[in-house]
Amino acid sequence: MSDCHGCSVATLLPPPPIPTRRHIVAIVGPPNSGKSTLFNRLTGLRQKVANFPGVTVEHRMGKVKVEGGREVFAIDLPGVYSLEPRTEDERVTHDVLLGQMKDLPKPDAVLLILDSTNLARHLVLAAPVLSLGLPTLVVLNMADDLSRRGGGVDVAELAMQLGSPVALVSASRGEGFDKVFQFLSGATHTAPRAAPLMQLPVIQDVPKCRAWAANVGTKGKYQAPAPPHWTRRLDAVFLHPVAGPLIFIVVVLAVFQSIFFWAQPAMVLLQNAILTTGTWVGSLISYPILRSLVVDGVFKGVGSVVVFLPQILILFLFIGILEDSGYLARAALIADRTMARFGLQGKSFIPLLSAYACAVPAIMATRTIENKRDRIATILIAPFMTCSARLAPYTLLIAAFIPKRQLLGPFLGLQAAVLLGLYILGFLAALFTARLLKSTILKSKRSSFMLEMPPYRWPTFRSLGLRLVDRSKVFLRRAGTVILAVAIIVWVLANLPVHNGQPPQIGQSIVGMIGHAVEPAIKPLGFNWKIGIGLITSLAAREVIVGTLGTIYGIDKPSETSEGLQHALQQDLTLGGAVALMVFFAFAMQCMSTVAVVKRETGGWRWPIIQFAYMLGMAYVCAFAANKLITLWL
Amino acid sequence: MAVKKNRQAKHNPEATNLMELKHGESGILDRLDLPEDDARRLMELGFLPGHAITPGHSAPGGDPRVFRVDGSEVALRRDTARRLILRAAKV
Repeated sequence: MSDCHGCSVATLLPPPPIPTRRHIVAIVGPPNSGKSTLFNRLTGLRQKVANFPGVTVEHRMGKVKVEGGREVFAIDLPGVYSLEPRTEDERVTHDVLLGQMKDLPKPDAVLLILDSTNLARHLVLAAPVLSLGLPTLVVLNMADDLSRRGGGVDVAELAMQLGSPVALVSASRGEGFDKVFQFLSGATHTAPRAAPLMQLPVIQDVPKCRAWAANVGTKGKYQAPAPPHWTRRLDAVFLHPVAGPLIFIVVVLAVFQSIFFWAQPAMVLLQNAILTTGTWVGSLISYPILRSLVVDGVFKGVGSVVVFLPQILILFLFIGILEDSGYLARAALIADRTMARFGLQGKSFIPLLSAYACAVPAIMATRTIENKRDRIATILIAPFMTCSARLAPYTLLIAAFIPKRQLLGPFLGLQAAVLLGLYILGFLAALFTARLLKSTILKSKRSSFMLEMPPYRWPTFRSLGLRLVDRSKVFLRRAGTVILAVAIIVWVLANLPVHNGQPPQIGQSIVGMIGHAVEPAIKPLGFNWKIGIGLITSLAAREVIVGTLGTIYGIDKPSETSEGLQHALQQDLTLGGAVALMVFFAFAMQCMSTVAVVKRETGGWRWPIIQFAYMLGMAYVCAFAANKLITLWL
Repeated sequence: MAVKKNRQAKHNPEATNLMELKHGESGILDRLDLPEDDARRLMELGFLPGHAITPGHSAPGGDPRVFRVDGSEVALRRDTARRLILRAAKV
């Protein structure tokens, strides 16, 4: 329904009069030149950005308000080095620009974004783009970087050489946008387009275009900036043969420790706030059934998930810093050898890393992988990476069952170590599966690996802040829709059938009956029927299990305190069962959105069905083994 | 222009391909002994005949390695780098 903003308005009103012919503007440029940052600035939208090539993999439209209250549509496109596509994401750009995209008219104008700190090379793309003959504004981005490092360019002269207007901007700081808005409102193009002083190359192979670009650069008085000294210095540390991998490990440990350590005070506060509000709201409702629905169903159900917000935000803060600084590209470099051993390439590493946030964008990000088989293999293993939705059930179970003990002094506690272990478990399952796939059904030649290393940049507070706000919105929206709906359904089914006006004992309710029906299948794993209900509802999304258990135990033991869910679980699960449950969550593909995106990206039901069955089978077998082993040992 | 940027790097006339360049040395690219598709992508990234190339840092174990070319830094695997042939020393 949320896709439907203004549908009714659009059908009622006649199409708005088109003031000029130009109303769709495509944003084109090489990877990591800042197209999405510019797009976000122009439209006020929040398209994802990060400091590495290939973040945008599909086209995205947004409205830009220009002079006189008119609107122009801007299209953000995946980065390209040329107009000859090699990957899925590059094909999108190609098709949009040539008007071959379904349901999208050919754009009327182009914003060509080039990195001004590397202009001579980026101008290579100007040749084929200007040859399209569309009105084009050449936007030289990262002007702040250029001047700080002592470079410069004569904008007016460059515009004469290219025969197109040129603007020097800093998209991340929002500087120099007047010219961009002028162009979008059509002001600069009332005059017929000037002929370029520098003839475009006739044969557009790379060497010819590069020679042309060098000429244009020289005529435009382009002064290349000094090399990025800080990037060199930082790389000397981060890519040091010994210090590099050590720093990587320390960073990862710090993330896990802080997920437990820093989030704790915020979680307790949130938990108490929710409980107090719930009790207060409950006291206002005199009708007992309704009070139970609100307190046990909504507050205990949804509330038990919402308390994990601080942990998820800490995780995303770290992911944001790693992505925006440019460190992720170095991590991909360090990981390439290991990935190659398992038949994958370094390019699979960036989608896999982003799967730690969520598998859905990760699976979309595989579009940057040229080789079809490599791409399918990466899609199939991405859901094994520990996504943020697993964080809620993991930390709930760890807090309830793993003692708070120090392992490496103050640096690493036992709880954080277990969480780290679960992340490693998922990663190993991914590598194992990759190996299996690449040596059987998805064999391919070792493919080449070429990755541009972006310079390091300071993550801005603005960018990090926006990520956290967006993430909170996504998380809370899910809590307010899917998790709320499931909580209410579970509450209703837990209170039916009604006998003599009294709700049944939970074991005799519909929920209880369903739970008891599946219990024989999950008993070997150490789970009782209540966990069974949680497993069923978590097919919608993983964190739903926490909400469901919150509701079920809320009805079952209504007088519990703020740590009620933990206590209730401790009485109902053995240590073996708890570990088995975590292992089950590490492997099973309990996420409808992931299934849907795999179906879309692979173009059919074949792969998602294979994937779902494989992951479920692996989850069952490993959870069974974990339960048996721990019960045997302890 | 590219040569000027790498002024600290010493030209090594002995090296025949990128893998033979040591840290702090540079060489001039002569040709790309690779399939058309890969060669074009590398050229788009700056690996054009006539350009100076300097090796930079690498992943632990030396593979892949970062190469500085035409104002950017690009990581290549060893088997790719070996097939980027450098211009032979003038006789």
